[in-house]
Amino acid sequence: MTATEIAPAPRRIRPEISPPTLLRASATIVWRNLVHIRRMPEMLLDVTVQSVMFVLLFAYVFGGAIAVAGTDYKEFLLPGIMVQTMVFSAAIVAMGLTSDLQKGIVDRFKSLPIPRSAVLVGRSISSLIHSSIGVAVMAVTGLLIGWRMRNGLLDAALAFLLLLLFGFAVIWLGIWVGSLMRTVEAVQGFMFTVMFPLTFVANTFAPPESMPSWLRAIAEWNPVSAVTQACRELWGNGLPASADAAWPLQHPVLMSIAWSLVLTAVFAPLAVSAFRRRSRD
Amino acid sequence: MTVAPAVEAVELAKHFGANRAVDGVSFVVPSGTVLGLLGPNGAGKTTLVRMLTTLSVPTSGTGRVAGFDIREQPNDVRRSMGLTGQAATVDEILTGRENLKLIGGLYGLSRKYVRETTEYLFDRFDLTAAADRAAKTYSGGMRRRLDLAVSLLAAPPILFLDEPTTGLDPHSRSGLWEVLRDLVREGTTLVLTTQYLEEADHLADEIVVVDKGRVIAAGTPTQLKDRAGQASVVVTLTSAADLDDAAELMRSQSPEVHVEPGSRRLTAKADGLGDMTRIAAVFESSGIAIDDLGLARPSLDDVFLHLTGHRAEVLPGADPTTQGVPQ
Ligand SMILES: Nc1ncnc2c1ncn2[C@@H]1O[C@H](COP(=O)(O)OP(=O)(O)OP(=O)(O)O)[C@@H](O)[C@H]1O
Ligand SMILES: [Mg+2]
Repeated sequence: MTATEIAPAPRRIRPEISPPTLLRASATIVWRNLVHIRRMPEMLLDVTVQSVMFVLLFAYVFGGAIAVAGTDYKEFLLPGIMVQTMVFSAAIVAMGLTSDLQKGIVDRFKSLPIPRSAVLVGRSISSLIHSSIGVAVMAVTGLLIGWRMRNGLLDAALAFLLLLLFGFAVIWLGIWVGSLMRTVEAVQGFMFTVMFPLTFVANTFAPPESMPSWLRAIAEWNPVSAVTQACRELWGNGLPASADAAWPLQHPVLMSIAWSLVLTAVFAPLAVSAFRRRSRD
Repeated sequence: MTVAPAVEAVELAKHFGANRAVDGVSFVVPSGTVLGLLGPNGAGKTTLVRMLTTLSVPTSGTGRVAGFDIREQPNDVRRSMGLTGQAATVDEILTGRENLKLIGGLYGLSRKYVRETTEYLFDRFDLTAAADRAAKTYSGGMRRRLDLAVSLLAAPPILFLDEPTTGLDPHSRSGLWEVLRDLVREGTTLVLTTQYLEEADHLADEIVVVDKGRVIAAGTPTQLKDRAGQASVVVTLTSAADLDDAAELMRSQSPEVHVEPGSRRLTAKADGLGDMTRIAAVFESSGIAIDDLGLARPSLDDVFLHLTGHRAEVLPGADPTTQGVPQ
């Protein structure tokens, strides 16, 4: 197409194609998703500036009005808000997946000799990284305003692992929703409608003891509460759940793991079959 | 021993509910040739290509690409072909170069090969200057070329192109045609869809015309044109006022004369050059002034009209007078 064009090129030698393993293909897709974040740091606003704002708003605006037994409100708040950030992974993965489906990127990937699950695995891992950046930002913010982890390194690390495990579980919900919906706007609307009650009707921002009894029951059985309670206990932020709290809050670490497994068992098959169905046309 | 065809469709069908988007299509593309899938909007071209490239699962029937069954051996199919879809599927956030790096990584190609081939392809597609810019800053034509470069990274012996020149200006279009002809010279088999007859005529060895999910005609461009019937003599008068006299005159020479009311054009069925010279002679002696007189063979547009009952799209920017002659 330019003056540089010369005699017909000889047939190029076909290169060695070594179809990548699931791990390598996923790693390549993660690389691509992280380049996106690097190019558009504003993608991180939801888990950074927004979360910090949440921490500060709740700590200083509502903090005085919400009484928490046995601890300062900031100590109580931080674990809850970190769990909320992890739950938002579902929205992040759903929006990313829908966008890739909409723009034909998934079609491009599907035309290549890679395991098709690499699209989902890559998306999930980069979304977990995305949320983890948010959790890290919040931990730093927390440390600055007086939140502490008081039970040693091992328990502290276990709490972060539980957060990741829970993030992994809710990501399946995100993949399911992302595969069912056609536009990023629809996903965003739907996810935020679901995520807010899910993270507020819980022990994240206020102790459930003060809620009407029916709401309290829902809040205490909410998986988000178990994970929040587990983090609080592992980090030594406040007292154990009150004696009349529901069973999950009496055994929060165990229940965090159990809830993560249950959510995965329910949503992973739904997500995979919705993605497959979407991939057939 | 016969050479296995590069691409084969065997009674391929895809139904979306009650909509039979593709309804039993078969064709064979010999290695090293170009097949043009020609059809209007909604004919099922994209659906056909998506099935053959394993993006979509057929409702029934099957196909083979490089000898591999699209249902049974999808991964081998994916390894053997490249695809440039109807909508460009480049990653807009990544730079042009990063787009190729991404796809190279997913093919498991060596970094060295990807680097060198990127240089080569960008040079060939005039993208070198934009290589390190985000693809979202590319024009439509550049995006198409980047998309094509991505499809060619692994030097696939078989390439599917879904409406490769839709949305390109005439200059970019002819540039792309040149690139595609080069690929064919190198031995690549092409399957391309188009709504433009001129494009199919230019590039394809064999044309399959699809409409409403079915094959309505197939053959070489010449064979298809022959099917649309005879040649005709087209006369353009200097003055529209002579239209009736001219029509009278031409009817004495040809059994079938078509007049476009309000225009200066008349068309008469003709058998060939002999008829044309005779008509030229009677105009000469009659004294009716004419601007132009010529023999027109049926264009693929006529073929299209003849086969489907409606006209195909006209290439934007194409000279309308070179498109079909009314019969
Ligand atoms: N995913 C889908 N779900 C439902 N119907 C579909 C789907 N994809 C295509 N169709 C329908 O199948 C028919 C054929 O569409 P297709 O895209 O294959 O046509 P086409 O020949 O490529 O048209 P165009 O020239 O406009 O690209 C159309 O009626 C279209 O609405
Ligand atoms: Mg199409």
